Amino acid sequence: MTQRAHKRAVPDPAAFPTRPYDLVKEFTIALVVVALLTAGLAALFSSPDAKPVTLASWSRADGADFTATAVSELGGTSGTAEYGPPYNHTPGAAQKLGPVGLQSAAGVRIPVDTADDFVLRPLRDAPEPPAVSAGLAAWDAAPAAQQQAWTSAYSDALAKAGGGAPAKGDYGPVPVLIARLLGLARSGALDGELQAEGKFYQTDYTRPLLFLSDGSYLESLARAEHLGGDQWGMMNETGNYPGQAWLWLYTFWYQIDPFKSSGNADALIWGLMALLSLGLLLVPFIPGVRSVPRWTRVHRLIWRTYYREQAVERDRQD
Amino acid sequence: MMSEAGGGWTGAVRRRAERALPPAKLLPDTQPAYMASWIYVFGVLTVAALIVVLVTGGVLALKGPAWWHVSGTGKYVNSLHLWSVELFMFFMVVHLWGKFFMAAWRGRRALTWITGAVCFFTSIGTAFTGYLVQQNFDSQWIAGQAKDGLNSVGIGAFFNVLDFGQMLMWHIVLLPFVLSLLAVWHILLVRLRGIVPPIDAVPDPADGPTREAAQ
Repeated sequence: MTQRAHKRAVPDPAAFPTRPYDLVKEFTIALVVVALLTAGLAALFSSPDAKPVTLASWSRADGADFTATAVSELGGTSGTAEYGPPYNHTPGAAQKLGPVGLQSAAGVRIPVDTADDFVLRPLRDAPEPPAVSAGLAAWDAAPAAQQQAWTSAYSDALAKAGGGAPAKGDYGPVPVLIARLLGLARSGALDGELQAEGKFYQTDYTRPLLFLSDGSYLESLARAEHLGGDQWGMMNETGNYPGQAWLWLYTFWYQIDPFKSSGNADALIWGLMALLSLGLLLVPFIPGVRSVPRWTRVHRLIWRTYYREQAVERDRQD
Repeated sequence: MMSEAGGGWTGAVRRRAERALPPAKLLPDTQPAYMASWIYVFGVLTVAALIVVLVTGGVLALKGPAWWHVSGTGKYVNSLHLWSVELFMFFMVVHLWGKFFMAAWRGRRALTWITGAVCFFTSIGTAFTGYLVQQNFDSQWIAGQAKDGLNSVGIGAFFNVLDFGQMLMWHIVLLPFVLSLLAVWHILLVRLRGIVPPIDAVPDPADGPTREAAQ
């Protein structure tokens, strides 16, 4: 063994003096203390439980936002429609980590066709008034370019109207279809249709959540609770609660450049956090980092009794 | 009487376990005298908080995920679950920093550090899936935001945060199971290697393993 290695060898704890230590008693006291502390905090502060948004509550509270979102789902211009993997194939939409496109590599495994899944199928599944049947037939018979022209023109007209009635124009069957969808949503029927998808048991909320997320209503509620991505929202929760404070570093990156202005921010931050996590895991093997405890000398405080006794012993021997 | 080498695989496993962790080492009633700081309490506090988390989560599981929205008792149990998680994470982070500044990976204890760090990451995942299965506004918003991060690196295609059923299984079965196993492994490693001595500590040759310090 070299002199250097010998110096750094860590002795066996059994080679040091010992003292009585009751682990079971310590654990029992810790358990009681934590249980009492938890009971007290729960009684004092309770826990947040803000009601979820439904398609019904959204369409009733902000019909204009629901309508505009539904048109974008039908026209294939919503956030979900242009998302890319894992929901659909949208060229150039997937994020990349440098040259590595993990999002594309994973593929489209949760296929979502926003026009069909969010608008047309729910309309077909519900009892159809004659105007809606005719509207669906006209939509199906129209070429894709015509469908896009209708939804695009109607989207523009809605935006110009600013929540009021849009100006007259050539929107094909789009206004009839969307008005019917709004009616279904307000009645609560759309929540059931999007959720059940023809099945009885269902625990997958992918489609209704994607639809909700495409609108601006959900986000406006979240921002009012300081849950936005640029509000350190990842570590917050509704009300004045600690939330996931341990995500502070992850959400920190979203607040600064180059991440906050990057189209690949999610992938870049995920990559960075994976690297930092690996770093934490491998601290014992990273030169420099593993020496920080020795340099900072916090250990002198932790083991102050031991070091003091050692100093006294040395003085006595001198 | 069973021979020293007999007993097949079972006997071999038992002998190995007994050699590595004899009862006096597994549950000692003495500790090195240098183990004298409040920072040592945070390890056991973390374990205690984990038990409260598991018990309160177990009660919520007994009644199902919708119970706490419609019951005063359920709301309180949910609050117990939330605050025990907050305490658990707080204790664990203090424990982690304490062990960092003690360079507690020294002396063949790197695996102890690694299992502890993996416990930390697993706990973050478990808490995150807990937020996803609350069935309230927070769940909706967190799922909608988190999907982008997970999708951007391909994980979302397999781990769908918008799928309540999948997240519930991860939260109440898979992750707690893995975390519990890791925690047990971590604690056994602590017992196996013993409490790391102070940095640069040199034992007095006169202090043998059997010598008790004067109290």
